[in-house]
Amino acid sequence: MAATRIYVPRETAAISVGADEVAIAIARHAKESGEKIEIIRNGSWGATWLEPMVEVVVDDKRIAYGNIEPADIPDLFKSGLLTGGKHAKRVGPTDEIPYLINQDRWTFWRCGLIDPLSIDDFTAHQGFTAVSKAFKSGPQPVIDMIKTSGLRGRGGAAFPAGIKWQTVADTDAEQKYITCNADEGDSGTFSDRILMESDPLALIEGMMIAGFAVGASRGYIYLRAEYPLTYSILMRAIVAAREAGWLGNDIQGSGFDFDVDVHLGAGSYVCGEETAMLESLEGKAGVVRYRPPLPAIEGLFGKPTIVNNVITLASVPNIVNLGGEKYAAYGVNRSTGTLAFQLAGNIKRGGLVEKAFGLTLREIIEDWGGGTASGRPIRAVQVGGPLGAYIPEDQLDTPLDYEAFLDIGAMLGHGGIVVFDDTVDMAQQARFAMEFCAIESCGKCTPCRIGSVRGVEIIDRMIADENRDENHELLLELCDTMEHASLCAMGGLTPLPVRSVLKYFAEDFAPSQEPQK
Amino acid sequence: MTTQPYDKQVASDIIAGFNARPEMLVQVLVAFVERFGWITDAAIRQLAAELNLSRADVHGVVSYYHDFRTSPPGKHVVKICEAEACQSMGSRELSKHAQKSLGVAMHESNDDVTLEPVYCLGNCACSPAIMVDGKTFGRVSTNRFDEIVASMDETR
Repeated sequence: MAATRIYVPRETAAISVGADEVAIAIARHAKESGEKIEIIRNGSWGATWLEPMVEVVVDDKRIAYGNIEPADIPDLFKSGLLTGGKHAKRVGPTDEIPYLINQDRWTFWRCGLIDPLSIDDFTAHQGFTAVSKAFKSGPQPVIDMIKTSGLRGRGGAAFPAGIKWQTVADTDAEQKYITCNADEGDSGTFSDRILMESDPLALIEGMMIAGFAVGASRGYIYLRAEYPLTYSILMRAIVAAREAGWLGNDIQGSGFDFDVDVHLGAGSYVCGEETAMLESLEGKAGVVRYRPPLPAIEGLFGKPTIVNNVITLASVPNIVNLGGEKYAAYGVNRSTGTLAFQLAGNIKRGGLVEKAFGLTLREIIEDWGGGTASGRPIRAVQVGGPLGAYIPEDQLDTPLDYEAFLDIGAMLGHGGIVVFDDTVDMAQQARFAMEFCAIESCGKCTPCRIGSVRGVEIIDRMIADENRDENHELLLELCDTMEHASLCAMGGLTPLPVRSVLKYFAEDFAPSQEPQK
Repeated sequence: MTTQPYDKQVASDIIAGFNARPEMLVQVLVAFVERFGWITDAAIRQLAAELNLSRADVHGVVSYYHDFRTSPPGKHVVKICEAEACQSMGSRELSKHAQKSLGVAMHESNDDVTLEPVYCLGNCACSPAIMVDGKTFGRVSTNRFDEIVASMDETR
């Protein structure tokens, strides 16, 4: 009898709640009871609330069991784990889990499904078909396809990817670079990490296509140091791709040379800003550059450079496979395609939900997230990372669309959604926004470097109820200065969460007092 | 942490592994911290000499990044995520608990342990999260924190 295949994720979130120990316990129990099994370490499907999620293949169908602990294993085997037997922790067939099947998995469709480090598994699931198609079509049709798709930068700034690619393609230079921004520092975001751990070759294929389209032969992935497991998975995937002839010189006889290196960050949030990232890639302090020149004209080592986020690049292979129109058919208005929303913080069913733009914030929080983890009412939702606004409960019906969020003074950004219940002290959240800016500012421009420190001081005075009205006024003025005079989004957007607290949650300053009229 | 005391030859080998290219300075420093635990003055002098940079250049980079510590850490490094997602699940209380139970303040070290905040481990659907000696843990209640800390010496 063939060995029964069992999937146990090798992904940071799953491992952080015991997936490695579960895999060991399964292997040990199977050995002791003489059962023939094969454990495959897949990535994550993104249903993080079910992690560690174990799947057993029964008659070619994957049956999921959720929240497995090592102590469950003997009982699970007794209940017929290997034949998909009934158990309190049995979730059911993976392809029937509503959380997963109601998504629009354009970019993440292989995540969880395949063995991330197997070139065979990747190619069995359309891997490298897009880059092969690109080799046949030539560079410009690829760029046109990206333009047609309407794909915008998924790192947060939402700049049209096709225009950036065209700029680099049209700039003459002997050397050009593809850089992938994998410095996913925003709290509430982990989609880059899940993608890189669950389908790293998709990112590599996206970078290859970008390199082919614009005429670049070198790629760099700038990865944050907080992701050590991601690093080892990426490195192994790159080595596997090189060995299979999918990276290196004359890839698959196409005449195209391309290779990728991974550089690690060292705990600096600002290095997620594109020009600071380029400085760090050059071995320097991650200090923001003046713009212009744009990185597309003078980027890494002064050469034309594409700086794209992980999800932007990983969305490319399917756009090339299926066509830009198909991607553009998803979404609303100028927000075409899908975004990998990330449900985080105080949420019952946290995880990754890739969905076409256009559903409302409330729908995703309630239908997928199931409300708060604490069971208490939602008070505020921070969308788009630490530089995003805190959205009050009565604005949760805002559609998830870049422009609709701008209209309410908020930001969709990288799609991170952090839910807070009614125990949150919003004055402390406003203070933290300024404090975080003070900690992480690169120091190049004064509004960010000094403004953030002054911001903390002003908020402290407001919390202590000293000259509240005057300080409120002063804080708004400071926000104006930071917004208009900072060099990059760090200082320029820190006022966003602060203003949202002043606007919607002002009663949390000096809570001993009656709210002011 | 499995680090070794600073050693000039080992350092030189690491630098040579990056072909002594000055643009690899950040990567060399990452490797130094991995190997030696922290960046010594001697390391800064050696890097300047072997990468053909000024000591000020090297110092500027070392002092910029949070991870390039310039004093020796404790045997174990405990990082507590204090960013928003973890805040929503009680990381402020967890940090207080950690300081009390480990007997060190945030950003401080004793021989046994260094305690630091970190701003996001990317484990925001399993908040609050911590990292101990490079391994990430999620859904960390105060009880679970105590268990993880108690097992630190066994796992290393």
